[in-house]
Amino acid sequence: MQITVKLYLTFRLGRFANQVLACPPDATASHLAQRLGIPDTEIGLILINTHQAELEQHLVEGDTIALFPIVGGG
Amino acid sequence: MADGRDLLVWRVNVRTRTLTQEAVPATWDTLGGRGLLARILLDEVDPTCEPLGPKNKLVFAPGLLVGHMLSACDRLSIGAKSPLSGGFRESNSGGSTGLHMTSMGIKALILEDWPAEPGFWILHLSMRGASWERADDLVGLGVYEVAPKLLARFGNKVAISLIGPGGEHQLGAAGIQNLDKERVPSRINARGGLGAVMGSKAIKAIVFDDAEGQKPPIKDAVAFKAAQKAFTLALSVHPQIHTYRDYGTAANVMMVDALGALPTRNFSSGSYEKAEAVSGERARELMLQRGAPSNPSHGCMAGCTIRCSNVFGGEDGHQIVSPLEFETIGLLGPNLDIADLDVIGRLNWQINDMGLDSIEIGAALGVACEAGLMPWGDANRAMELLQEVRRNTPVGRIIGMGSVVAGKVLGIERVPAAKGIAFSAYDPRAIKGTGVTFATSTQGGDHTAGLTLRVKIDHRDPNGQVAASRTMQINCAGYDTLGACLMSGPGFATAPGVIRDLLNSRYGWSVGDDVLQVLGRETLKLEREFNRRAGFTHANDRLPEWMTREALPPFNTVFDVPNDELDQIFTDLD
Repeated sequence: MQITVKLYLTFRLGRFANQVLACPPDATASHLAQRLGIPDTEIGLILINTHQAELEQHLVEGDTIALFPIVGGG
Repeated sequence: MADGRDLLVWRVNVRTRTLTQEAVPATWDTLGGRGLLARILLDEVDPTCEPLGPKNKLVFAPGLLVGHMLSACDRLSIGAKSPLSGGFRESNSGGSTGLHMTSMGIKALILEDWPAEPGFWILHLSMRGASWERADDLVGLGVYEVAPKLLARFGNKVAISLIGPGGEHQLGAAGIQNLDKERVPSRINARGGLGAVMGSKAIKAIVFDDAEGQKPPIKDAVAFKAAQKAFTLALSVHPQIHTYRDYGTAANVMMVDALGALPTRNFSSGSYEKAEAVSGERARELMLQRGAPSNPSHGCMAGCTIRCSNVFGGEDGHQIVSPLEFETIGLLGPNLDIADLDVIGRLNWQINDMGLDSIEIGAALGVACEAGLMPWGDANRAMELLQEVRRNTPVGRIIGMGSVVAGKVLGIERVPAAKGIAFSAYDPRAIKGTGVTFATSTQGGDHTAGLTLRVKIDHRDPNGQVAASRTMQINCAGYDTLGACLMSGPGFATAPGVIRDLLNSRYGWSVGDDVLQVLGRETLKLEREFNRRAGFTHANDRLPEWMTREALPPFNTVFDVPNDELDQIFTDLD
């Protein structure tokens, strides 16, 4: 299935900002992060189709997932 | 102090121009920073007084851990009854003033009364006491011009707290600036109009000369050092710190935009179509491309290992502003439909130079855009309006008095503020826990009172937000009492017991594991009592009504945390 992946801040380094990736059916957010070499512990926020999501959430064809490292206020 | 004594309270009367040094009362001894300010104001200031009158007091208090160059823990709190909120207000900053105050043995500096005659003064404090010089030659000048003059006059090693023209004119958005470690007056106790209170006391600048001073005493140096080491290590390995170091607080732009909470065109949308152009990613790219003096990782305090500050320079190799922070980007960028970091930086420099709060001014300019006083995105017009503020014209005063005054004068209901203080760059309809903080904190629309962005919660769901805000408000009040930067939070959170160990070894106390929350609760209780005596009720703990009915694109959320839940948030402390 095709998943649009958006990455931010340090996650972009050596990767990309925005790309469509082919993923196996039943892939979770965590699987996708693993494939990109992003440790779960560094993920601060996951948005799937603009909704906050958990690592275990399954992706479906056409989803857009955004991964943010842990950040906070200033 | 040379004879091993601990800190004293320094009290300055601006009418008689006298200084007295007093022992610290027992009930003040266990507090510092924000908590101590709340205690002092409650003990000494009539809560119903006129904020710019002789009965208000302006108090400077370093936090409990200040003085030892613990990473990110040398912050200075300044407080008074706020001319913007009419209640208790504390604002803290980095820079060198807190460190100098503790070296001089100052637990708190209290400025009181009113000047006997017109004219501004420089108050010079040293181990030999206080001296006064007229500031006639500095009146009307911005802080970037005044600071080097004062350093030339008093020596390069002093710390300085000063006001700009905004404070002189007693504008509601006026703050108090301090030198960073490069002696640039860029660290501002910005929020709540404290610079106006300093202006009402006719003090242009306070010079802190710590020659012959020394670090405050430590009861158990070995235990302190061990705790310091544990803290520094925990901080250095936390992934969040690396993000801060590389991107600064501007790291938040894209995340807040994705959450639909980035203030856009006076809070009429939570997502900005040009957000990427003002993002932390873009800022870092520009700073790296442009090279020195641009620097994406700058420390605002000596000894800070986080270095979340930055120096933002132009293509011409000249510095534009330092630092460029998320909240300023939000309020002066998307909020005004300005998508150019260079322009935002230049506006920021002007606002800093006048000694004003860039959040409050950005919010007031957003209201001005809505009223047609400035076209959206018109940077030249924004600059003209800032020059009006500098010249103290009637139009300038409408902006300089802050967002609420601007809204009333210009006939705009959509004013993003609570308790008279503008929302920093998080729309409370899409990050509702932070909305609860904006509504219920004594600090008004200030994320540093309890930002819930990191809490694992659906930010658009009204459920659970009161509990999330409560936890954050207590923790933040605790950090502000320690003098710890909120950026140090991840370090403390992953090294349990470190705050306890630092306090017990520094002071010879025996506080427990929950000391952060104990200090936080005590601080909130004191602040809320001050506000209660000033006449505040639950009616003051509300967001503006339009936020409960005007849906925020793109997720069409309103602020719908029920009022009765807001009113229950701190029943145990009232």
